[in-house]
Amino acid sequence: MLPGVAAKTKAVLTGRRGAPLMQLYWDLFRLVRKGAVYSTTTTWIFRLAPVAGLVTPLLALGLLPLDGRHALFGFTGDFVGFAALLALGRFTLVLAALDTGSSFEGMGASRDATFASLVEPALFLSFVVLALASGQLSLEGMLGGTQALPWGAAAPALAMAAASLFFVLLTEASRMPVDDPATHLELTMIHEVTVLDHSGPDLALLLYGAALRMALFAALLVGVLASRGRLPGPAALGLLVAGLLTVAVAVGVVESSMARFRLSRVPQFLVAASVLASLGAILQLLS
Amino acid sequence: MLLLALFLVPALGAAGAFARGTRHGGWLVWVAAIHLILVATAWWSPPAAVLDGWLALDPLGLVVLSVVSLLFFVVATYAVGYLRCERTGRGFASWLLAFLATASLVAVSHHLALLWVGMEGTTLALAPLIFQRRDRRSLEAVWKYLVLSSVGIALALLGTFFLSTAQGELSPGVRPLVLEDLVAHAALLHPVWLKAAFVFLLVGYGTKLGLAPMHTWKPDTYGEAPALVGGLMAGGLTSCAFLGIARVTEVAVAAGLGQFVQPPLVIFGLLSLTVAAAFVVGQTDVKRLLAYSSVEHVGLLVLGLGLGGVGVYGSVLHLVNNAVVKGLLFLAVGNAVLVVGPAATAFPSSGGGVLRAVPVSGILLLLGLFAVTGSPPFGMFLSEFTIVRAAWAGGHPWIAGAVLALLAVIFIGVGAMMLGMLYGPVASSGPRARESAWLVAGPAALVVAALALGIAIPGPLQQLLARAATALGGSAP
Amino acid sequence: MERLADLLLLLVLLFGFLILGTTRLTTCIRAVAVQGGLLGLLPLVLRPQWSVHTLGLAAGTILVKAIVLPWFLIWAIREAAVRREVEPRVGYVASLVLGILAVAVAGAVAVRLPVPGEHPVLLVTTSLACVIMGLQVLATRAKALIQVVGYLMLENGIYVFGLTSLDRVPFLVEVGVLLDVFVGVFIMGIVVFHINREFDSLDSARLTELRD
Repeated sequence: MLPGVAAKTKAVLTGRRGAPLMQLYWDLFRLVRKGAVYSTTTTWIFRLAPVAGLVTPLLALGLLPLDGRHALFGFTGDFVGFAALLALGRFTLVLAALDTGSSFEGMGASRDATFASLVEPALFLSFVVLALASGQLSLEGMLGGTQALPWGAAAPALAMAAASLFFVLLTEASRMPVDDPATHLELTMIHEVTVLDHSGPDLALLLYGAALRMALFAALLVGVLASRGRLPGPAALGLLVAGLLTVAVAVGVVESSMARFRLSRVPQFLVAASVLASLGAILQLLS
Repeated sequence: MLLLALFLVPALGAAGAFARGTRHGGWLVWVAAIHLILVATAWWSPPAAVLDGWLALDPLGLVVLSVVSLLFFVVATYAVGYLRCERTGRGFASWLLAFLATASLVAVSHHLALLWVGMEGTTLALAPLIFQRRDRRSLEAVWKYLVLSSVGIALALLGTFFLSTAQGELSPGVRPLVLEDLVAHAALLHPVWLKAAFVFLLVGYGTKLGLAPMHTWKPDTYGEAPALVGGLMAGGLTSCAFLGIARVTEVAVAAGLGQFVQPPLVIFGLLSLTVAAAFVVGQTDVKRLLAYSSVEHVGLLVLGLGLGGVGVYGSVLHLVNNAVVKGLLFLAVGNAVLVVGPAATAFPSSGGGVLRAVPVSGILLLLGLFAVTGSPPFGMFLSEFTIVRAAWAGGHPWIAGAVLALLAVIFIGVGAMMLGMLYGPVASSGPRARESAWLVAGPAALVVAALALGIAIPGPLQQLLARAATALGGSAP
Repeated sequence: MERLADLLLLLVLLFGFLILGTTRLTTCIRAVAVQGGLLGLLPLVLRPQWSVHTLGLAAGTILVKAIVLPWFLIWAIREAAVRREVEPRVGYVASLVLGILAVAVAGAVAVRLPVPGEHPVLLVTTSLACVIMGLQVLATRAKALIQVVGYLMLENGIYVFGLTSLDRVPFLVEVGVLLDVFVGVFIMGIVVFHINREFDSLDSARLTELRD
């Protein structure tokens, strides 16, 4: 639903009524009932990608303490696993795009992969800030549990980390100003290219997986911004949902107010995300 | 009171010159004369400190003050003749007097932040003077000068702040950043901050001084500025900048950091000498050549300071010699330019025959050539010899050898160019101006001074130099 | 108050990064103006007991650094009709990374070398970081006006460091600093104006006629 919220916000802000909030669910329903068409040049990788694209975010979701206290499973240093799972999903998608043998997919895949690799440091540095601030090394420890993140003392650093994570969200979810999800011009597509050749249930899986990635990062961001450890279960979940919706609205606002950056400027933007996060890390180390 | 007057008289003179829009040099000469009389009074009866010790006159300050005042007076008399031949901007005289005011401030201030303000003032006062000709090349020169000087001054300010931090929490009665209190309580200074302060002040004021590798503005600036401004810079500005470095060295030595400060000073000195030697050979413009010669001489200044012992005396003596000889050279070259035209400085393309075109200045230039390369009986020989002797006696024979070798290379380079410029066919265009008495009297007096310093240094001056040297932690011969 | 000071200093650093990473010259000038304004507020925040001295310092700083100088620079831009900035010699990405290294080095120094008196450690960090970043801009940018912006950032860093000795060194120095910035930039601005007239561009990489 989150992409729907973002799109709706953007539409409202630009003076249109926009698609209904649940549009993505209708799309998924429609796609599942269709048949899939496979190009003759593709191999099993092509069929693997959608599945991986759904499974990896789901597993990563399990690492996050969604109710504010416990994650489904976790271990020390699982934030590396978090990043690894998401990278794996993206990796299979890129491979699938290359698998089609079309140079156009290759172009999109290379752009996608470049941006992902540039944003990795930002993600890790944000985790470093969280680890330094909370003293814990697992996602459950950092974001969940009864120990709230020390916003009192470490506010600047955490604010930097939150800002950096927002930039990472924009990148990983392929939103403006990194990528335009609504474009239909092939040469301006980045993430869209990689899903261009999938159809039917595969496309449904991929779209849902993409929405899951957005939700994932939004949940991460909400976890940083609002500690829910002290709240009772339902309230924590409610706060999570409210936070997710707020983030989606924020994304919509950003999308409606900025154009996509020139391709040569996007690395600058991504490095800026890393810079913010490392600034937060330095601040945390100093205090 | 006297100390305040030393600053206020030229400052008011500058304001007056600007208001009157004066175009001839009379005003300049009068103000310079008053200033010189004030300095002479300071020699005779040393003035007391004012403003709670912020302004005071110690031996080294008096040396720099005298040098600057004397050089300015000579330049002022020269300016009378210069202003008759050349059209200048409206503020020419006032900016010159502003330079005198701020340089005096540097010499008399014992509050290191006030000294910085004075140095900053000299930077700003000189900028319009460099831009005198308002053409493309001087624009480029003044831009490079401003950028580098401003960065240097900014770093010097940071160094001054570090020095204040080194003082830490002040006990009652200790004045912040005042030289006497810094030296008196030197043992209490925080060593790391003091070292940082020294480094930044050395680099910052060294940029103003023209030490390598921060010297890159010098060739362009000296090449494009009018000759008399160049002489003032080479003699006056360098003395002021050296004073800044000497002050912080004094504090550092008093705090026991003598071992720390000597290597950087020696290294910068040797580096400057090397750079000067490298660029002097094959130089095509005589004013740029003089700029590199200036780099050489400030290198010697800092080297002497770094060698300690009698080398410090050599440095202080060299300060005086440098000012006199550089003034002489620049003014003589200026005469050549005035009479022959701007092409006089560019050798071997169009210059040459200066001796025949401007006979008196040519002879003065020849004498100056001998002086600047350190030939006896001129004063520079004595100061350079003292510095080399200090290197030898201090157990650094290889430094002494390197210095001698580099001085020899510079001698060859400078000599070749100068002689080529002096002799040879005259440049084609006819004389643009006459060699008037005003133009020649100043340089001639400077030659006499250079000779005097070489043959017999007057007693009071020698005592003053000795006292200055001992204050800096050195010794007199 | 300590937190507010930290926030101001953090904003100063962020605007410094903005200067390193942006392409538009007017953004750079506005960023350094905002930095100046923030610096003007710093004495008020660091010394909660506001004396006449503090108020005067704050007012003077804001006036010069945040209003007069940037206005003057923007006037110079309009005269020179320059908008864009060319790629710096090291590239924007490298500039940003160098900026972060500057902050890291500054932080390391700030932690090792204690400054006497009660100051947030971020104060020394910010000042040294601004100094290094200002020098970086001066060294890596070609256009004359952006070099002036770099110099202003250098001055900002030095000013922040000067704030550590607010109690110890009297008014004179602050006046001197501001005077320096004011007059120095004024003169630089005039020279820039002439440069543009003479050379038809503000690319100081073109100032190469004088060389050996």
